[in-house]
Amino acid sequence: MHPAFSVVFFTTATGAGYGLLALLGLLGGLGFIPADFWLGLVGMALALGLIVAGLLSSTGHLGRPERAWRAFSQWRSSWLSREGVASVATFIPATLFGIGWVVLDRSGGWVAAAGLVAAAGAMVTVCTTGMIYASLKPIAQWHSRYTLPAYLIFAAMTGSVLANALFQGFKLGSTAVLTWALLVTLAGWGWKLATWRYNDQLEIPTTANTATGLAGGTVRSIEWPHTEENYLLKEMGFRIARKHSAKLRRITQALAFAAPAILLAIAFFLPWPLCAIASAFAAVAQFGGMLVERWLFFAEAKHTVMLYYGRE
Amino acid sequence: MTCLPARTEKKLGLVIDLDTCVGCQACVTACKEWNTGGHMAPLTDINPYGAHVDGVWFNRVHAYEHTTELGGRTVNFPRSCLHCEQPACVTVCPTGASYKRAADGIVLVDEDKCIGCKLCSWACPYGAREFDSDVGVMKKCTLCVDRIYNDNLAEEDRVPACVAACPTSARHFGDLGDPASAISQLVTERGGIALMPELGYKPTNRYLPPRARSERAAKVDAPALEPIKAEGGFLGWIDRMLSN
Repeated sequence: MHPAFSVVFFTTATGAGYGLLALLGLLGGLGFIPADFWLGLVGMALALGLIVAGLLSSTGHLGRPERAWRAFSQWRSSWLSREGVASVATFIPATLFGIGWVVLDRSGGWVAAAGLVAAAGAMVTVCTTGMIYASLKPIAQWHSRYTLPAYLIFAAMTGSVLANALFQGFKLGSTAVLTWALLVTLAGWGWKLATWRYNDQLEIPTTANTATGLAGGTVRSIEWPHTEENYLLKEMGFRIARKHSAKLRRITQALAFAAPAILLAIAFFLPWPLCAIASAFAAVAQFGGMLVERWLFFAEAKHTVMLYYGRE
Repeated sequence: MTCLPARTEKKLGLVIDLDTCVGCQACVTACKEWNTGGHMAPLTDINPYGAHVDGVWFNRVHAYEHTTELGGRTVNFPRSCLHCEQPACVTVCPTGASYKRAADGIVLVDEDKCIGCKLCSWACPYGAREFDSDVGVMKKCTLCVDRIYNDNLAEEDRVPACVAACPTSARHFGDLGDPASAISQLVTERGGIALMPELGYKPTNRYLPPRARSERAAKVDAPALEPIKAEGGFLGWIDRMLSN
């Protein structure tokens, strides 16, 4: 599949934003972190900023962005519509929580309730994003049991590493948050390795034989219907060389998982402000690594329509 | 509404005969000609006379070499929307632009509601939908909905343009939901096939596989004949003279 940057950035940024929002809603609302005005302001601005930037970026993928409001109507059947509804609905508790926690300096009570609802909304929105891809049968690499958990784990991972950097920056870091950020980074690493292993061994029952209905033997494409590249080839015919894919997988592992894990592990033993600097580098490296991961998620996905063009 | 009808009154669709299709592209050009002024008009061509031509087509004819233990053959393969019973292209649509008609099962796009998110084209395993980058909306085969019910046309012309144009009658149109229809009987008789049945989209259109090879033709790749008994008479004399 063609890795459009608008969609790569959209899923990565909203994942991190919703992960951070969920964590702030939970920890802030329940009073585990103090209602510090500047921490709250920067934290909520970062979370909502990532979400808004991502959502705006996603409209860049549309042919008619001025009609985007119509996408809220078909939530009964469409995961994309559900994503739109969930993402907008989550702004309501998020805004209430932001007002209570940041502006009014409160936690507990209705602020806690708003924080928890915002966290739930963030989780639901990430699920709907994952399901958009997981529900597409023509793309076997996406239509698997690995896709939905991946979106959830990666949102929790990038959000937690970002939250840890934020807390550390405001001298409010805790061993618990640091440990959680490290553990969820290692979990993300493991899940990605398992996903790649599954995809590399994938045996797809759909072949050129079932695509053309010509039973038995081999079906070889000898002539395309057109001499120039068409929409199908541009959108669904993206191919990545195996050596490039291997290199990008190593870059993903280094930036998104290995470097943040090492930096977070070191941060345990560093005094402030060094632990905050290490945590910030971990968050930045991970975000960059996740952009590469998401690019590969598209580039390595193969659509059945390419069987008609003689590609596996 | 992008929820699918529980059942449709008719299942209008095409049956394509891979045995008789000669790959002449008449259906392709007839489709383009009709539909560039039809329901989904225009079928935009981008840079049509330039170096990098692009454009929207509803029907494209591939050619394959099918090789089995019985030998090889060339198969021309027209590919267009199959008007599935379970079209995921419709259910993934966030705006309600894509819909399946309860009356006849035709899958259509309302161009005025489409936001051009392209998700329907990802959800279609058959590559039936093509994005019109000029208008910013998705386009697809309409089964010539503006021909088949068109009172202004003579009755014999109320078939999709591709069917009307086919010089070898490799394309057939009708109600595949009615077992008594001519088209359904053709499918039964010839063992019509649904494409990619394993994905569960339940396409309406059927493809008739190429007929089995005849054993009557001379086997030109057979070993040379054994020498036969020498012939007598005048021809035998000539044969002996020439063989010397």
